[in-house]
Parts: sequence; structure tokens; C-alpha cells
Amino acid sequence: MFSKDRWDEILEALSANKFRTLLTAFGVFWGITILVLLLALTNGLRNGVTADFGNFATNSMFMWTQQTSISYKGLPKGRFFNYKLGDVEALKAEIPELKYVSPRLQLGGYSGDNNVTRGMKTGAFQVNGDYPEFIKQQPMDITSGRFISYSDIHAKRKTCVIGVDVVKGLYDKEEDPLGTYIKISGVNFMVVGTFKASNSQGDQEEDANTIFVPFTSFGQAFNSGDNVGWMAITGHDGKSITDLKPKIFEIIKARHKIHPDDNRAIGNFDLSEAFGRVNGLFSILGFVGYFVGALVLMSGIIGISNIMLIVVKERTKEIGVRRALGATPWTIKSQILQESLILTISSGMVGISFAAGVIWLMNYILDHSGPVDNFANPSVGMSVVFTALFILVVSGLLAGLIPANSATKMKPVDALRID
Amino acid sequence: MIEIKDLHKSYHMGSNTLHVLKGINFNVKEGELVSIMGSSGSGKSTLLNILGMLDEADTGDYTLDGFAIKNLNEKIAANYRNKFLGFIFQSFNLINYKSALDNVAMPLYYQGMKRKERVEKAAHYLEKVGLADWSHHLPNEMSGGQKQRVAIARALASEPKVLLADEPTGALDTKTSYEVMDLIQGINEEGKTILIVTHEPDIAQMTKRIVNLKDGLIINDTKVEQVRAISNV
Ligand SMILES: Nc1ncnc2c1ncn2[C@@H]1O[C@H](COP(=O)(O)OP(=O)(O)OP(=O)(O)O)[C@@H](O)[C@H]1O
Ligand SMILES: [Mg+2]
Repeated sequence: MFSKDRWDEILEALSANKFRTLLTAFGVFWGITILVLLLALTNGLRNGVTADFGNFATNSMFMWTQQTSISYKGLPKGRFFNYKLGDVEALKAEIPELKYVSPRLQLGGYSGDNNVTRGMKTGAFQVNGDYPEFIKQQPMDITSGRFISYSDIHAKRKTCVIGVDVVKGLYDKEEDPLGTYIKISGVNFMVVGTFKASNSQGDQEEDANTIFVPFTSFGQAFNSGDNVGWMAITGHDGKSITDLKPKIFEIIKARHKIHPDDNRAIGNFDLSEAFGRVNGLFSILGFVGYFVGALVLMSGIIGISNIMLIVVKERTKEIGVRRALGATPWTIKSQILQESLILTISSGMVGISFAAGVIWLMNYILDHSGPVDNFANPSVGMSVVFTALFILVVSGLLAGLIPANSATKMKPVDALRID
Repeated sequence: MIEIKDLHKSYHMGSNTLHVLKGINFNVKEGELVSIMGSSGSGKSTLLNILGMLDEADTGDYTLDGFAIKNLNEKIAANYRNKFLGFIFQSFNLINYKSALDNVAMPLYYQGMKRKERVEKAAHYLEKVGLADWSHHLPNEMSGGQKQRVAIARALASEPKVLLADEPTGALDTKTSYEVMDLIQGINEEGKTILIVTHEPDIAQMTKRIVNLKDGLIINDTKVEQVRAISNV
């Protein structure tokens, strides 16, 4: 379809009026730039917000206890209760679809009172009693030493793994925390590892302020017996935690004499559901991006169509001459289609490149001035670029169609008569 | 070469009908140089446009070099125009963003000729009309006479059977007109069939036959003693 002669012919026609060609091209350039940028920004938002979920395995839920709201089996409503280690074993045994059931005990919080001391230094940190598999549910970078282990659990060893801010708060710069002791609510724990959150976004501050100790040691040191504060439960891949939730509740309710309809007694946060909701939201945002971008692009295309129509009109006589010299209607039509196609595609390519430059700049600034809340790594995939190109080709053809048809509607004799 | 029988053509404007050609009969043999004369509005251009397949007659027969020209679709008409006919217009109708050479090469482009051949051939015809040195100039850098020469070279480039010229000297001064007529006479002498519409008697005298139109009919068709254009320059 494209020979060098055609190229020359088309480029010659397009460069015959450079300024107008440029103005026309600008509409499509702008449309595609906005389309790509909108999609990139949507992606940036999505990346930023999903990073807030941390690296936490998304097929997970958290579960804690609240007051019962229905009296049952002689027990009054408004009753408090505690999960027990036995609940953990029961869940693991009765629901094989569960990958991890991690019980946790908790102390303090970063806005609470000072609860940890080392020599003259003190700090208020969050202290978690955890099982070793917790690190698989929420991956973190162990920067030195190790995470808590099952031998810590079994021997109820008073060991701990501390976050970067804990290190900053309790140690001098050149000190090595490994092997040293810190006092948590009056009980000595030996530091066996340090960690930092492996994602650079979201709740990193809270993470860095955390101290992990073995669950069993926690229970012993702070006299919580076999109570469990809350549980982080992860389903096996492909087994939705949302679907498993009713079964989990059923088992827990039975074990704690809770009325089967009492939905208030068990507090929970379903990460996978929340994650799905956010993803759904961003799918909609992505769609909106396409929609708005396509509309802007459409105005660019209408611009091209418009100008081509004017050009065809201006060149009516030229077209008449060409037909007198032997140009068939199809030759004329295809030349106009190709002119509009080349105009749309080349201005579209420039738009895509320009948008890519802007995205690169945004990433560069983000990288150099630190992360921004809820926004990270704006980008578009190859598929978006190909979709944009496809839209361009189709729209280039559409833009050229009406002018091309009008170019050959007139009889050659009438076209030649026009001045 | 050209045979026309009982050709009619009307224009319709709203409820009015203007009967322009009212039964034209005429033949042109190969190698003739014919001028078509007549007052303004007598239908000269209309006739020439029908001969050029740029327009269609309402009724009547038209045969060009043995081919019946009737109800052709635009694609075939375009091919016939390209192969059989060369056009010369009063206002030159060069494409103003193309060089003289590229203008001359245009009919060859539509023949699908390769660029190299095309350029060679176009250069040959430019040389023939005496504009070899002007091949890379744009039309607006040339005088009217030069532009018409380029147009003549363009009409010749596809080596057509018939040249059709509608007032080729209408936009030129007398001296330049005669130079162009000299060129046309030369081309005719090489055997090309040429039809010229004009309303200038001196130009008509430089052809070999004058056909007079009046109110859509041929009122006079005479052979003339050809005046050499060169003798008037
Ligand atoms: N497309 C058209 N629509 C309506 N009327 C037309 C059309 N073309 C020509 N005419 C009319 O037909 C008549 C003949 O026109 P034509 O152009 O053939 O005359 P002509 O002999 O070439 O005149 P001139 O010497 O002025 O060029 C004129 O009255 C003209 O107004
Ligand atoms: Mg006329």
C-alpha cells in the first residue's frame, strides 16, 4: 500500500502548508498525551494505594474479640471473651484451606507511654508477641540477625527482633544491637535481629517502631497465659479468605458459646475484600481515564477531519486536475485517507513520547524528593501504548473517511471549474 | 480518431433547463489540428469536456480511437483519460507545490511508472518545450508562457492520442500566444491529433481546420490555409 512515491506524494501535500498541518496535528497530540497521562496517573494512584496494604498477603483477614451482643446458653450479652491458643489449633485442624493462622499478643503502641528502656534510654514502642510464620504473611527485610524461630517459641526464650526506629531510639550510632538486652515493661529480652519494612510506602513508620517477641515468651513474661489477642489468618492460594470466613466464625462461636447470629462478638478486617474493593475502584478509575482520554482524543480527531475537509475543499481544483491526468477516485481517496492516517499516527506517536517523557519526569521527581502519600510509580504498560496506537489508526481512518469521500463526489469537470 | 454522432447535452438548474449541445455531429481524423470557435456560451468548453471524458453527454455516440465512450465508470474513465488524452487549460492548472519536473511526471505517476523512468521521460518533454533549465522551479517562479509550456509537456508526457486544449492562449499576451502556438504546431507536425478551443481568429488561423459553433450546433466546418505561428513572432 505504501510505496516511496506515495510517501513523497503525501509528505509533499502535508508540507505544502506546514503551519496548518502542525496545528491540526496538535489536537491529536494533545488528546493522546492526556489519555496516556490519565492512565499513568491512575496507575500511580493504584500503586500508591495498594502499597498501603503493605506486602501483606492479600488473601488474609485479621480477627479480634469484641463484646457479645446476644445472650446465649445462660450467658449474658455484653460479655467479654478471649481467643485461646486452642482456637488457633482448632482452626488449623478443621479448615485445611488455611495456610497460616498466626496468633498475636500486643502491648503498647507508638503513641502510648514509654514501655521499653535500655540503660538511660527509653521509648514507647509497639510490642507484638508473634509466631515465626508471621513474616510470611507480612514480608519484611531482616537487616541483621534473624526473625523469631520455633525454638524460641518452644523454649519460651526471651528474644526480640526490633525495627529500625527502635534501634535509633535505644542505641548510639555505632552500636551493634545484636546480643544486647532491652527491657520491655520491666522484662529483659535479648535482641536477635533487626528489620525494616520491605515496602517504602504506607505504614512504614509504625512498622519501624515495632518489636517482635516470641508469642510464648510474651505470654509468660506478661502473664497472659494462653490468651490470644488477635489472629492474622491467611488462606491457601486460590481459596478465598472471604469464602472461608463464615466457617472460621462458626468454629470460634461454637468454642466460645457465642450465639450463631451474634455478628458483633467477633471483630474482623478482611484484607482481601478491602483489596478487591480498592482494585475495583481503580478498574473504574482506569475506565474513566480511557473514557475521558478518548473523548479528548475524539476532539482532536474531529479537528483533523475538519481540517482535512477544508484542505480537500481547497484542493478541489487540484483534485480535478489530478483526475484529468488519470487519477482514479480510489487513488484520490486512499491518498487522503493516508494523509489523515499519517497525520494522526505521527502526531499520536509524538504525543505518546511526550507523555512518556512527562511520566519519566514524574518518576524522577518522586525518586529524588521522596515518596508521596498514595502515589507511586506512575506508568503505563505496553498494552496501553498498543491500545492507544490502535485507537489512533482507527481514528485516523475515521477522520479521513468523510473528506476522502467528499473529494471524489464532484464530477471532474465541476472540480476543474472551481477557482 | 474521434467520431461524434448526434450529441446532446443539457444543464438543469432548478426548474430551468439549458440545452447547450443540440445534436453535434463531427469527426476528427488522426493528425488533424482543429480549432473550435464560437461566441461565449455557445458550448465549446462543454463539447471539449465531453470529448475529454470529464463530463458526460446526455445522448449521442462518441467513439475515441475505436472505443465507445459511454456509461464508463470513473475508474475506467480515469484510465482512458490517462492513456488517450492530454489536457491543456487556459489557467495552466499546474500543481503549485510541485516543481515543473514533478508536474510533468504526474500522468506517468498515475500510470504506475517507476520514479527513475518517470523523471527521465518528464525531463525529455521539458526539454522538448524548451524548459530543461527550469525543471526544479515551482510554477509561481515562472511566467505564464513558461507555465503553459510546462502544461503542454505534462499533456505530452503520457504520450496520448489526442491533445485537448481549452483556450490555451487565453491568459497569454500575443507574442507568448504565438510561441505556444508554434510549439503546438510542431507537436501536430509530429503526428499528434490536437483540438483547440479558442475565440481568437488569429489563433484559429494557425490550425488546419475551423469548426464554428453557434447555439449548440455546428454552423460551419472548413479547412483553412494554416498560418505559421513562427512567422508572427
Ligand atoms: N455546470 C454547468 N451548469 C449550468 N450551466 C452550465 C454549466 N456549464 C456550462 N453551463 C452553461 O452552458 C453554456 C455553455 O457553456 P460553455 O462553457 O460550454 O461555453 P463556452 O462556449 O465555452 O463559452 P466561453 O467562450 O465563455 O468559454 C453557457 O451558457 C453556460 O452558462
Ligand atoms: Mg469555454
